[in-house]
Amino acid sequence: MTWVLANLEQIWELTVAHILLSIAPILLGFVLAVPIGWFAHRFRVSRGVVLTVCGLLYTIPSLALIVAMPTILGTKILDPLNLIVTLTLYAIALMVRTATDAFDAVSKDVIQSSTAVGFGAWRRFWQVELPLAGPVLLAGLRVVSTSTVSLVTLGALVGMSGLGYLFTNGYQRNFPTEILTGIVGTVLIAVVFDVLLVLIGRMLLPWARVDEAARRGAGSARVKAVAA
Amino acid sequence: MITFDGVSKRFPDGTLAVDNFSITIPSRTTTVFVGSSGSGKTTLLRMINRMVDPTGGAIRIDDEDVSTLEPVALRRRVGYVMQNSGLLPHRTVVDNVATVPLLTGVPKREAREAALQLMDTVGLDRALAERYPSQLSGGQQQRVGVARGLANDPNILLMDEPFGAVDPLVRSELQQELLRIQKELAKTIVFVTHDIDEAFLLGDQVVILSTGGRIAQVGTPEEILAHPADEFVDNFIGAERGRRALSIKNVHGKDVVVDGTGRLAGILRVPSGESSRTV
Ligand SMILES: Nc1ncnc2c1ncn2[C@@H]1O[C@H](COP(=O)(O)OP(=O)(O)OP(=O)(O)O)[C@@H](O)[C@H]1O
Ligand SMILES: [Mg+2]
Repeated sequence: MTWVLANLEQIWELTVAHILLSIAPILLGFVLAVPIGWFAHRFRVSRGVVLTVCGLLYTIPSLALIVAMPTILGTKILDPLNLIVTLTLYAIALMVRTATDAFDAVSKDVIQSSTAVGFGAWRRFWQVELPLAGPVLLAGLRVVSTSTVSLVTLGALVGMSGLGYLFTNGYQRNFPTEILTGIVGTVLIAVVFDVLLVLIGRMLLPWARVDEAARRGAGSARVKAVAA
Repeated sequence: MITFDGVSKRFPDGTLAVDNFSITIPSRTTTVFVGSSGSGKTTLLRMINRMVDPTGGAIRIDDEDVSTLEPVALRRRVGYVMQNSGLLPHRTVVDNVATVPLLTGVPKREAREAALQLMDTVGLDRALAERYPSQLSGGQQQRVGVARGLANDPNILLMDEPFGAVDPLVRSELQQELLRIQKELAKTIVFVTHDIDEAFLLGDQVVILSTGGRIAQVGTPEEILAHPADEFVDNFIGAERGRRALSIKNVHGKDVVVDGTGRLAGILRVPSGESSRTV
């Protein structure tokens, strides 16, 4: 504990670096995976290809990919972009399947009827399909967020900042307190991100909780509502 | 007026859902397509708002060929109500009703105010306005569906088994409500059902369909009941005819009127002057 207090400033810097390195892959991965997932959902041919590619992508060892990035991107070895691009690819690989499932799960009746009342394809995507896919997309995003926060620690192995540094440094110095601090810090970031996502979800998808409640308590709520 | 002129629909998989179908649907009346499952009712209905495009023939709305109209714009000016209401689960009742006006750019405030009035029209308590569809009963959801279909004040209202999924009591309520609304608003309604009772109750013109959208008979309910065109129609309306065929039965020296199922239908009043026979 004394070590933690003594090094508070450094720990805070590493935490901030960790957060910054995590945010880009999470957001980029989500934003890119959603349209890819929609295409996979919408067009049969693309579905097989896309899902297979994503599956394969995920099996490539992450460290290998980070190390290969400078060659692929032409970046410097210590460029944070290597880590960000790698983790974005992982996020996409994780998220595309969920996004595909999310769009698959939107009720065909609702799509049909929104077409029938005059939604064009573009508006239907933004105003109907995307919001209705929201709850499943959110569930996927939470997994991506947690996994990305934990993967950022790998950056330390190739000389990048973040709480992973406490792992490598603590290991070299044979100092468990430092390693433990790194673990606790990483978990804390993951939990805070998760809570934020849940709160954002509640704000953006207020109907989802009502829907859920209606489904669970279907019996009583509905019987009372009949008659009118 | 809507005219089907030799309309056919063959789906890509080869199914001939509608074969050379022609009919005129008069304005401001209710026409009911009735037939068993797979007879092509939904396909016929969806060809009117271009959810399905025919592979042969033409459909005209007031002499305008629908194939020349832009589908999205066409759908916004034709009301559509379907069986499982098809409401947007993520929008409140009032926003669901206001869907089409909002799409066509009516300001939000105005659209919601009009939607509240429509809720009155279809007999929905305004207190339900801020609920989500999942918080309503099936019957209430269908009312919201009807209100949404009416929101842009369309001349034409297409209804695909709108009351098919609610219990008989609520269905009968909704049917009466529709009759009342139609009396008030006089829309051109095309209504699809497989329930012949419902067809006879709601239809000014009833179209009995057999497989492939083949017309077995067209007429008013009275015409069809009085003169079924063939055995198919006779069978289809059989139960209904039986129920409506009244006969006099003498019970303990008094005459009562019973229907085809032998249940009491009412009393027989003989015109004044003669001694009245009652039950
Ligand atoms: N998209 C489609 N592709 C292929 N065949 C179809 C398609 N839609 C409908 N059909 C076929 O066309 C025929 C008529 O279908 P339609 O849905 O119009 O019948 P319906 O009278 O509305 O039946 P129901 O009372 O069950 O709703 C059926 O044989 C059906 O299988
Ligand atoms: Mg149908």
